[in-house]
Amino acid sequence: MGLKQSLHKMKMKYEGTKMAPAFNAIHTFLYLPNETTHNGTHIKAADDLKRTMNIVIMSLVPCLIFGIFNAGYQQNLQMDVVERAAGFLSTEFWNLENFSIGAWKVLPLVLVSYGVGLLIEFIFAVIKGHEVEEGYLVTGMLVPLIVPIDIPLWMLAVAVIFGVVIGKEVFGGTGMNILNPALTIRAFLFFAYPTKMSGDQIWVAGDLKNTLAGQPDVLTGETILGSLAQNKEVAFSLWDQFWGFIPGSVGETSTFLILIGALILVLSKIGSWRIMLSAIAGSLVMGLIFNGVVAQGWIGESSKFFALMNTEFWNHLLIGGLAFGIVYMATDPVSASQTNKGKWIYGFLIGFVSVTIRVFNPAYPEGVMLAILLMNVFAPTIDHYVVEGNIKKRAKRLKVKTA
Amino acid sequence: MSKDIKIKKGLAIRLKGEADKTLSNAPRSRTFAIRPSDLHLITPKMVVKEGAKVQAGDTLFYSKDNEAIKFSSPVSGTLTEIERGAKRVITKITIEGDQQDVFRDFGVKSPSSMDAAAIKDHLLVAGCWSFIMQRPYAVVANPEVMPKAIFVSGLNTGPLATDLDFALQGKEKELQAALSALAKLTEGSVHVTVAKNGNSPLAGMSDVVVHKTNTLHPAGNVGTQINKIDPINKGEVVWTIGAQDLVVIGELFVTGKYNAERVIALAGSSVKTPKYYRTRQGSEVATFVYDSGLTEENVRIISGGVLSGTTISPKQHLGFYDTAVTVIPEGDDYEFFGWNKPVFNKISTSRALTFSWLTPKKKFDLNTNTNGEHRAFVVTGGYEEVFPLDIYPLQILKACLVKDLDAMEALGMYEVAPEDFALTEFVCVSKQPHQQIIRDGLDLMYKEIG
Repeated sequence: MGLKQSLHKMKMKYEGTKMAPAFNAIHTFLYLPNETTHNGTHIKAADDLKRTMNIVIMSLVPCLIFGIFNAGYQQNLQMDVVERAAGFLSTEFWNLENFSIGAWKVLPLVLVSYGVGLLIEFIFAVIKGHEVEEGYLVTGMLVPLIVPIDIPLWMLAVAVIFGVVIGKEVFGGTGMNILNPALTIRAFLFFAYPTKMSGDQIWVAGDLKNTLAGQPDVLTGETILGSLAQNKEVAFSLWDQFWGFIPGSVGETSTFLILIGALILVLSKIGSWRIMLSAIAGSLVMGLIFNGVVAQGWIGESSKFFALMNTEFWNHLLIGGLAFGIVYMATDPVSASQTNKGKWIYGFLIGFVSVTIRVFNPAYPEGVMLAILLMNVFAPTIDHYVVEGNIKKRAKRLKVKTA
Repeated sequence: MSKDIKIKKGLAIRLKGEADKTLSNAPRSRTFAIRPSDLHLITPKMVVKEGAKVQAGDTLFYSKDNEAIKFSSPVSGTLTEIERGAKRVITKITIEGDQQDVFRDFGVKSPSSMDAAAIKDHLLVAGCWSFIMQRPYAVVANPEVMPKAIFVSGLNTGPLATDLDFALQGKEKELQAALSALAKLTEGSVHVTVAKNGNSPLAGMSDVVVHKTNTLHPAGNVGTQINKIDPINKGEVVWTIGAQDLVVIGELFVTGKYNAERVIALAGSSVKTPKYYRTRQGSEVATFVYDSGLTEENVRIISGGVLSGTTISPKQHLGFYDTAVTVIPEGDDYEFFGWNKPVFNKISTSRALTFSWLTPKKKFDLNTNTNGEHRAFVVTGGYEEVFPLDIYPLQILKACLVKDLDAMEALGMYEVAPEDFALTEFVCVSKQPHQQIIRDGLDLMYKEIG
């Protein structure tokens, strides 16, 4: 085969040069390398990191496509171009008009995220002389899905640079980072440009600037969390919330598609079901506690926490980025707990802390990002105590013997 | 205190080219060789010079660190070459074999009438000590230390491995003699583990404790059995002996000869007629590999199994401890979009568009391709599924990589050998060399603490 041979020749030519990692990254994208085993096992299982990451990306694609349609839909809904979608397959939602508006907004985000991020990965790989690692393939897909639709592209680019360099490369690259890089990027955006990351003007695309007389300058659309935090009525039905026909970050709105993504991850044994399950349990428990507090009458309707605290405990999973965070962010194997027991604790605390922050921080009601980052920091500690249990057991065995 | 072991965490790797259960005598090899690299951490001190005539059982060299540990010639013949590498380290000792072996006579002895010291001396003088391994460190045992127990695995569960029930047939007398002798060398028991549904000649042995286990790999690894039966604590030593090495030890008592005969499985998908051969330690593998024939040109010949064996060329020789030779295709080719297309013809423990979980009984034809590039540890939770020891595999590997001796000790380094990490290495998504990492870690501990 012509391509295979000429690529092989080029690989030999570039071997040992500075640009070799960059070339290899492209080469190994096309072909599984001709590397063979040397010592140790002479055969290897079929999975490699590229395959693993590829599955995660595929599980994200439904969310991305939905996000594109939803971006257009939310705008058109406000402009009265379309009616409220009645069911998941409603043509008010899945139509070309929504798609074209959304694609123009979302695809640039994807391109900037991948372009900038991969460029930095390539630069670091060339400088440090290691292969280009696959970690960013997933991060680059996650980032456009967790930002508000109206974010300026330059802002995204700055955040990606910060996140990849400070969040990952300074620690030594994929596998060495402490924090989830995608969330580092989002946290940077949140703290550096707070006006562009919260409020009610960023969640629906449309910076219309007086194109039509009598139309508003900016389309506003609050997220459900935003409304609840201000003790306002929620304008969306539960089905809307489940299917995802609500304003929010690009890819996080559809609980239904996130559920499908979760199924892909769990069935392919790529994502940790332990973390997902325990995180859901954690958020339900905290939700129940708050519901209980309200039922006891300790918190009055005048309290600014009332609406969120009074939200049915299971409803927390449908709103905001909780479901998305649990399925795609908390399960990042590098920044999560690495022991099976630790995963249960880690996941539970993520759910628990997410809902806590959500209720007690009405200024920025989305707690899942901070909860996961917090638990990323504590994951090594959790692991430490889990492993300590094994060490103690071993020490005890010795004691019984010598006693 | 016989114990039934049930291993649930593990992986059955089914490969094509299993050896047919017919035993033939391999053609006599012209040269025989011992590679000191098979004898981990042993620095040989030669006692015979190039050109000397030796009998089977004559000492060729002893360990520089412990003169008592001797290594014997597997055949009678002329020592033709002592090959040296960098820093004059001996890399290979070659003997040109005689037509007919002449054995040095050590005298027929009955273990039951000997005491521990006499047995130990007898084994040391004849060179049979080289078969007794110890844990911690997975090296040849130190004869001065009394082990708390001795372990023998009576089954192989690895892919294409020698079927011990078949290979040990008719060796009951030798096995019993060896086990009776070993039983006197420990303060504890000799633990022998056999397959639950097998017909191992080892099942009926006396002077030992026989355990039964299921056959999910790595149930046959002696390390797994130790961990389940009587785990090693800090400061304790156990010995392990391969089942075929027991036969050699047994023959020393029964016939007075050091007869390093091996029944080896020649297996693998590249072998034309995979079957069993009776040959000798250190034989040129070409003698039986070409006797059976190969189906293709571009192959890898492995002395040992596919999980922990050593790559050799057909001109090279059977490893010191190896009881199998496996030949599989080399995988030095590119595969178009091999990283994302669905895979049906390779084994995987995930379901990431890999479908080996649909066909648990299917036999696979795997080659030596790594199926991806080496990466840092990323994915977690996969090792635990195939690792039955009560040890945290990822954590202990990382402790070895950063040379944290305290952590290595606390996490159970005294209990493991490289082969225990063969399955985690096989499934490793990041293609990390687990066995090498553990070996280096053990060597470091041996140097610093040992």
